[in-house]
Amino acid sequence: MRSRFTRQCRVFPTDRIAQEIEGWIGVSMTENTMVDGVSGKTLKTKMAITKATKVYQTRSGGVHALDNVSLDVREGEFLCILGPSGCGKTTLLWSMAGLHSLTSGDIRLGNEPIMKPHPEIAMIFQDANLLPWRNLIKNIELPFELKRKPPDRALISRLLDRVGLTGFENKMPRELSGGMQQRASIVRSLSVNPSVLLMDEPFGALDAFTRDEMNLLIQEIWMETRKTIAFVTHSIAEAIFLADRVAVMSARPGRIAEIYDIDIPRPRSIEIQTEPDFIKRVLEIKSRIEHGRGGSGPRVAIT
Amino acid sequence: MDKTLGDKIPEFNKKTGANGNVGLSGASFSLGDHRTKFETFIIILVAVIIIGGSELLIYAFNVPQYVLPRPSQIATALVTEFPNLWPHLLITLKELFIGFAIGASIGFLLAAVITQFPFVEKVVTPYILLLVTTPMLALVPLLILRFGFGSEPRIIAVALASGPMVMINSATGFRRVDLAKIALARSFGASTFQIFTKIRIPMAMPMIIVGLMVGSIFGLLTTIGAEMVGGAEGLGNRLTYYSALIRMPQFFAIILILAILGISIYVFFFWLGKKWASWEA
Repeated sequence: MRSRFTRQCRVFPTDRIAQEIEGWIGVSMTENTMVDGVSGKTLKTKMAITKATKVYQTRSGGVHALDNVSLDVREGEFLCILGPSGCGKTTLLWSMAGLHSLTSGDIRLGNEPIMKPHPEIAMIFQDANLLPWRNLIKNIELPFELKRKPPDRALISRLLDRVGLTGFENKMPRELSGGMQQRASIVRSLSVNPSVLLMDEPFGALDAFTRDEMNLLIQEIWMETRKTIAFVTHSIAEAIFLADRVAVMSARPGRIAEIYDIDIPRPRSIEIQTEPDFIKRVLEIKSRIEHGRGGSGPRVAIT
Repeated sequence: MDKTLGDKIPEFNKKTGANGNVGLSGASFSLGDHRTKFETFIIILVAVIIIGGSELLIYAFNVPQYVLPRPSQIATALVTEFPNLWPHLLITLKELFIGFAIGASIGFLLAAVITQFPFVEKVVTPYILLLVTTPMLALVPLLILRFGFGSEPRIIAVALASGPMVMINSATGFRRVDLAKIALARSFGASTFQIFTKIRIPMAMPMIIVGLMVGSIFGLLTTIGAEMVGGAEGLGNRLTYYSALIRMPQFFAIILILAILGISIYVFFFWLGKKWASWEA
């Protein structure tokens, strides 16, 4: 109750009530508001990850999946978390979704610690993750069914129309292509109107053409809705194409190695991936990742 | 187009029924739903040849009725004896139904519960396997000593025979956990009970239905066997009765009834599988 109140107050940080509550709960609500020196935009922190550490216990000892990871996800930004497989990026995302508990450190949405799944946060999984025994519309209505609420039919049909799935409501998942399944899962997540979207390598299993198509779609959706998106991927080009910021993770222990600002203007077209500037960025990040792994790979000279 | 291939190619614009009727055409269910007229014709033709041929052969070689009755004699016996067999059929059905209902519900619940606790499952499974592999018919004489010659010992035997079958198959189904699907439900705030009803049960459904099918067929076997062991009622008892009197047409008429019963059970669960588990083609 309290947290909801404070979140509303944060919209008006100069509000007297907000200041009162600041004193009351001992947390400054203006503290995590930064101003971007370049664009002058206000950058509020939506989710704050502080010293997140996750150790998996195995028979041969503990595995440090995450080691003191601190990362802020800003309100309305498109953040890509990039790294080689096994670097803990999925662990980080699942912890942000409240699906994994951390060994130490904490993750907050606004001022609320995330200990379990939060209604403001929706997750989009690898391989669409539709339930094969339900048709498309029943899959999309699943979140409402679980919350025992009537589905928001108007919003759902608008979203279906937006992603081009109108007319497929009664199809079973196996009758849909991979791209269509993933579009359905995007609709499923957006239908609950979350403020944060967490995407766990959503297009990893798709072919290159469908992937491009999905990347354009997700960019459009982001530009229309301005939801905060944290997007995990192992494709450097995908990360640069989509992101405002790319957080590069290194493996064992999982750490944030570097954060890159991607200031390419939007809307970005698929063709920009062939431009020299884009390729330069890709090589830069690539060399950073290889360097972080021990630098056994060829070093790339950047001019 | 080849039917089996047709299942595997995603056909986006194919006009299918409301549920997209791609049937259970896997190895466990071989009663295909798309049978061409030609195939049906051949199946009927084979039946006609077998029945007609045996009728002719038995007639031609003058095989005595007490060795092998002619199909026509069996059919006549079925019609004339049916009023006498009807009460026995009802008793057999009652025993099978009650025994199976008890066994299957216990088996299902046990499977649902113990698969949540790996340790309990490890401890319980060998004993369930023991129940599955031991013919429960062997217990019937003992049960008769304890419960008399009524229906009770047979119902217990049926429950003991079908329950573990349902349990072991359902447990296999419940063990097929897809963590991503459970995580999906949890990310939308599902409770443990909702995960069970909305994810685990539907996911286990194909195996549960296989378990129910195998369990009920095992139940039928055990019902008939138990009736043959002792007591004075049921179709199994009639089998021993007619064979003792060497009234073979009646004997075979009962076998025909039992065959129809078995097929009906199979068809019922096949239909149930198509209805509830057709997603796993």
